[in-house]
Amino acid sequence: MMRRLFLISVPYLWLLALFLIPFVIVLKIALSDTALSIPPYTPQIDLSAGWEGLRTFFAALDMENFVWLTEDDLYWKAYVSSLKIATISTLLALLVGYPIAYGMAQAPQEWRATLMMLIILPFWTSFLIRVYAWMGILSQEGLLNQLLMGLGLISDPLIILNTNTAVYIGIVYTYLPFMILPIYSALEKLDASLLEAAEDLGCSRFKAFWLVTIPLSKGGIIAGSFLVFIPAIGEFVIPSLLGGSSTLMIGKVLWEEFFSNRDWPVAAAVAVVLLLILIIPIILFQRNEQKQREAE
Amino acid sequence: MKRFTWFNATSLTLGFAFLYLPMIILVIYSFNASKLVTVWAGFSTKWYGELMRNDQMLDAAWVTIKVAVASSTLATILGTMAAYVMVRGGRFMGRTLFSGMIFAPLVMPEVITGLSLFLLFKPIFTQMGAHTIILAHATFAMCYVSVVVSSRLVSFDKSLEEAALDLGCTPFESFRLVTLPIIAPAVISGWLLAFTLSLDDLVIANFTTGPGATTLPMKIWSAVRLGVNPQINALSTLMIGVVTIGVIIASISTKRAALRQKADEQAAAG
Repeated sequence: MMRRLFLISVPYLWLLALFLIPFVIVLKIALSDTALSIPPYTPQIDLSAGWEGLRTFFAALDMENFVWLTEDDLYWKAYVSSLKIATISTLLALLVGYPIAYGMAQAPQEWRATLMMLIILPFWTSFLIRVYAWMGILSQEGLLNQLLMGLGLISDPLIILNTNTAVYIGIVYTYLPFMILPIYSALEKLDASLLEAAEDLGCSRFKAFWLVTIPLSKGGIIAGSFLVFIPAIGEFVIPSLLGGSSTLMIGKVLWEEFFSNRDWPVAAAVAVVLLLILIIPIILFQRNEQKQREAE
Repeated sequence: MKRFTWFNATSLTLGFAFLYLPMIILVIYSFNASKLVTVWAGFSTKWYGELMRNDQMLDAAWVTIKVAVASSTLATILGTMAAYVMVRGGRFMGRTLFSGMIFAPLVMPEVITGLSLFLLFKPIFTQMGAHTIILAHATFAMCYVSVVVSSRLVSFDKSLEEAALDLGCTPFESFRLVTLPIIAPAVISGWLLAFTLSLDDLVIANFTTGPGATTLPMKIWSAVRLGVNPQINALSTLMIGVVTIGVIIASISTKRAALRQKADEQAAAG
């Protein structure tokens, strides 16, 4: 019994102390005021004053930072723009990822394990390096422009690096395996005789694909889309390296609020709102996962 | 017998070209003599030489490896315990909260995890540094480890553990002699996953670090923010090389293990 208690309490207490309590602190600081002190916010909890101290502490908390987020255009624009960038990138990743997953599921059996490994391999290499790899390709003197100009397709270099387009490319590139794997596992289970039946009943190949394959891989499409969409919203590295000064993303705003402006309360408030925005897609994602499990 | 159709072969070729060309280009240009990464000026290994003489970079690499080994080991222990509790623990108070806390870090934006841990550590530790990064990495990586290990625990036959208990093993002995050897591959891949997550992390480390503890991703990030840098290409090539070799060794050894198991099963059946 002691042993079981030990086994449960060690990871439990660890997560309480290093995951849950930090969130309570974020919430508390989001409700505090910015101050020129160390640490740079007020009020502090004064435990020596007992109940009276706690009461003055709670009385001093307010929603001022959240009001501030609604007053300054920067923040809501950043939230909207993060949602927009994440949505566009997810759709692009679906367009790029679906044919790959489809090709993998249709490949000869003996090829599939190798193809699978080739999809997972980039996961093990550094995220930062995979983003960096695009800087040399997309820059104004970069390889893409050299290639296109060499082929005579364009006369002036395209400006891609430091724009939202580069951010889309970066997100699609780094999160593509997240899109491919769930779609592949849905397509792999698909019964080929259903397609034959559709064709026997007079469907064209394309129509059979549209009416049979796509609906049957819906679970994979939804799972893959959330797996790209959710992390893309709070992304920092990609907009900071590939995006430009006009690329607004909330992860970058939070970072700058914290590291450049040293405004902890506003950074904490930005984090709280970001979390609230993420709750909806996370719940929808979990519901989809549950539905998939029940279907099996 | 399935064959590649024209359409599937094309989409796979284009897809894999998209996934791999940027990295291949990165590797090729690490051997470029010119400092301008986009102009080819002949083969050279000078950037590797410069990298080896870059003490700051080597220091950062050393810090990163130390942090990754310590945090992934901690994460593996905690994550395996958490997986065991989730799969075999039965009912206990606050189980829903526990499973929520294991799932949530997987989808949490790094900026939020980083900020919240910073705000926790700041009043506790007089100075932040490698030790605080280790705690931070162990926390988010343990959740990944527990997902990997619990999928293995779910699939294996509980009666084996019960048999060991019936034969007089203490619960700890049954864990050590029966459970652990069976889940070992999952524990090892969990450790490797935690290790790479730690090696790779820029955002959380940047929030939870202090003076003197600069990790490799921080170094890379501050170097490439200003533009493409051939030394970073050389470093990236080395990192990609290590990963590729590691993955190849891992896939060969799992293939061998599978063959051996098949042979064992056949021997047992015959």
